[in-house]
Amino acid sequence: MTKAISVAGLHKSFGRTHALDGLDLAVETGEVHGFLGPNGAGKSTTIRVLLGLLRPDSGAARLLGRDPWQDAVELHRRLAYVPGDVTLWRNLSGGEVIDLYGRLRGGLDPARRAELIERFELDPTKKGRTYSKGNRQKVALVAAFAADVDLLILDEPTSGLDPLMEEVFQRCVEEERERGTTVLLSSHVLSEVEALCDRVSIIRKGVTVESGSLSELRHLTRMSVSAELVGAPGGLARLPGVHDLDIQPFEGGRGHRVRLQVDTDRLDAVLRSLSESRIRSLTCTPPTLEELFLRHYAADDPGGAGAAAPADGTDASGADGAPGAAAAVSR
Amino acid sequence: MTATAVAVPPARTTGSRQLTGTGPLTRLALRRDRIIIPVWVLVIGGSFLSVAQSFSALYDTAAERAEVARSMTANASLRALYGPVFSDSLGGLTTWRTVGFGAGLAAVMSLVVVVRHTREEEETGRQEMLSSAMVGRRAPLTGALLAALTANAALAVVITAVVAVYARTPGGSGGTTGSGIGGGQLAGAAALGLATAGVGMLFACTAAIAAQITENARLAKGMTAAVVGAAYVLKAAGDASADDGSSVLTWLSPLGWAENVRAFADERWWVLLIPPAAIAVQAVIAYTLAGRRDIGMSFLPARPGPAHGGPGTAGALAWRLQRGGVLGWGAGFVTAGVIFGSLTDGAADLVGGNEQTREIFERMGGRQGLTDSFLAAMTGMLGMIAALYVVSSVLRLYGEETAGRAEPVLAGAVGRLRWAAGHLLIAFGGAALIMLLGGLGLFLGHGHDLPGLLGASLVQLPAIWVLGALVVLLYGVLPRAAVAGWALAGLALALGWIGPALDLPRPLMNLSPFGHLPKLPGAEMSWPPVLILTALAAALLAAGLAGLRRRDMSA
Repeated sequence: MTKAISVAGLHKSFGRTHALDGLDLAVETGEVHGFLGPNGAGKSTTIRVLLGLLRPDSGAARLLGRDPWQDAVELHRRLAYVPGDVTLWRNLSGGEVIDLYGRLRGGLDPARRAELIERFELDPTKKGRTYSKGNRQKVALVAAFAADVDLLILDEPTSGLDPLMEEVFQRCVEEERERGTTVLLSSHVLSEVEALCDRVSIIRKGVTVESGSLSELRHLTRMSVSAELVGAPGGLARLPGVHDLDIQPFEGGRGHRVRLQVDTDRLDAVLRSLSESRIRSLTCTPPTLEELFLRHYAADDPGGAGAAAPADGTDASGADGAPGAAAAVSR
Repeated sequence: MTATAVAVPPARTTGSRQLTGTGPLTRLALRRDRIIIPVWVLVIGGSFLSVAQSFSALYDTAAERAEVARSMTANASLRALYGPVFSDSLGGLTTWRTVGFGAGLAAVMSLVVVVRHTREEEETGRQEMLSSAMVGRRAPLTGALLAALTANAALAVVITAVVAVYARTPGGSGGTTGSGIGGGQLAGAAALGLATAGVGMLFACTAAIAAQITENARLAKGMTAAVVGAAYVLKAAGDASADDGSSVLTWLSPLGWAENVRAFADERWWVLLIPPAAIAVQAVIAYTLAGRRDIGMSFLPARPGPAHGGPGTAGALAWRLQRGGVLGWGAGFVTAGVIFGSLTDGAADLVGGNEQTREIFERMGGRQGLTDSFLAAMTGMLGMIAALYVVSSVLRLYGEETAGRAEPVLAGAVGRLRWAAGHLLIAFGGAALIMLLGGLGLFLGHGHDLPGLLGASLVQLPAIWVLGALVVLLYGVLPRAAVAGWALAGLALALGWIGPALDLPRPLMNLSPFGHLPKLPGAEMSWPPVLILTALAAALLAAGLAGLRRRDMSA
């Protein structure tokens, strides 16, 4: 598969602010790629570089095999963009705006335009100043989905949409995937990311800290283990990759309750150690998507997942060198 | 692919793709401006029409026209205001009275159109989505300039037609023979139209540069307007020092070029080639900047502000938003005051014995003593220009509301009236401040009578306030019509500027609040109109605020 988007070592500063600090991003052709990160991480700056709106200070960026700054106009024939905050012209109707973008993107399928307007329940005759936030987003979404393009760049496209419209949006993205369109989706709606994305990249402070499929990302993090043991647990604290260990003896001395977090690739050793003390019950929970992102977002050191040390300072080296971990770039 | 970090090569300008999308963007601009551009063109064209019509009624004999031309050109201060008269044909007199005013208005129209479709689009974020489509880096600027070109071309056609038809001199030189429109008449009218539109396009390109170098659309407009003002002052100073437009100062001013085309006086067609040359130079600068910069950014990037502090009340916020404008207007008023003050002594040079001229001049402002009446005319002009300040300042309320910035402020523990009061204090108090500064400038230039000049400046305030309060009333009761406040200020300006020479009926002149003020310095101070206008302003203001309290706020 060829790469629809490939970015390496991208740097961009605004005065003294370093918005991008060596960012990497790779999106395969035909995939829906989630682009995640806390506010101010550099997502929108990256997207503006990809759209040729900003010129990077250094680094390489290729979009559909071409240079996004030099070949901006040719590239834009093949892509559509939806910003997170759509502003419209006060005295132009929504329908006029959709057709304007059709002309500016080299064509728009009238049948699909009509179908999308119906599905998104958009009134195209209203003037720009009278649309609500969600309806302004719909204008941009209809214009983007009705365009015949190879790449969709969506920057928090569903902000302001109601849950029903969110569903319509997700179906539209699914249809685009079936058609072979590549989608770069920046979003804070994690359920949306989970439902739609083949792979995700997480960035912090202008650097990519993680990239991979959701299951790969899950693999990199910790499982929550809760067990009731007949005997006394021994040696758990000495096992590598174990965190937040909490052992409570039951009243009357009939066994122990154990709670711990363990790096996913060290789970095996923990289970063996637990079974030596005879397991009465065991639950093993993979991290929720929210926990996954919170860990990445909240980490202080942009050095990658492995350095996302827990607050108690126990050894977190377990994830280092784990398969699928992105080579984190740190400067 | 193996991507390695490489230095980005300098931006190349790769041919026509830089201009891709210009067609749709131009159509977008013209569609958005489908009302406002025709209004501008008709209003400017209409002012040419009314001047031509009234002059043909007022000066219908060759002797009268020759007398006006001679006396108007003989006086340095009058030349500073209107420029010299190059021909005593009806077309020549119409040109004399309209060329500076009309070219200035064309410049303002053009700068508004260009900034509206360039920097304002970037500031609102609309340009980002537009530029994600097939839009070359230079297309937005080209679309804006083509919209301005369309407006100026329409203006040239309207002016040519209006002046060719209505400024015909019966049997005079440069006029027509019989009832048809002769070649000379058409040539003069076309020269006037092209000179006006040429200045318009020239300042369109100035605005194009300003839109590249600042991130703020309001600042881009202000910078360009300051250049227009400087051009006016240069022309005024040049015309004061030479009676045939030949001063270097006049030739430094684009408005002076329009004057030096000498429409209806053996047109100097080659002068019409200067604005295109200046347009080309400025366009090269603007296009070079436009192709090289990041969208939404500028060459004067925003500096980081303090991490703490900031305005603590709605009033402090209003001051923070408006202080730049107040300071800019204040600096402009001091400068203009100094320049006009130093021209004052020339006013006494007026060739006496010409009843007509004196009458016109007195209608324009003064009664006793030509120096006094010149100073009175100048304070009157500053007052009318200060009306533009008060309108723009009051309309900040409207801007804050429609941009959605008022909503979160009003959601705090801030009443509507307190929120509005902050801006209105700056509007009405700021008008007093800039008028005082204008009076101070006149004193610094003139060298005499500080109290008299400050008083003459302050006496303009009731009229300024009435206009401001009318805008408050519109905003409070009919917010969607609030921008019509500009039309009110424009009407007052037009009545004050060209009205006195047109011998308009008194009731019409009385529509302008400025028409009721005592002509200070020189005339007796007369309190009743001042007090009545002040009371009227207070009543209008109260009505407007009552409306604001009752009506819905828009998002």
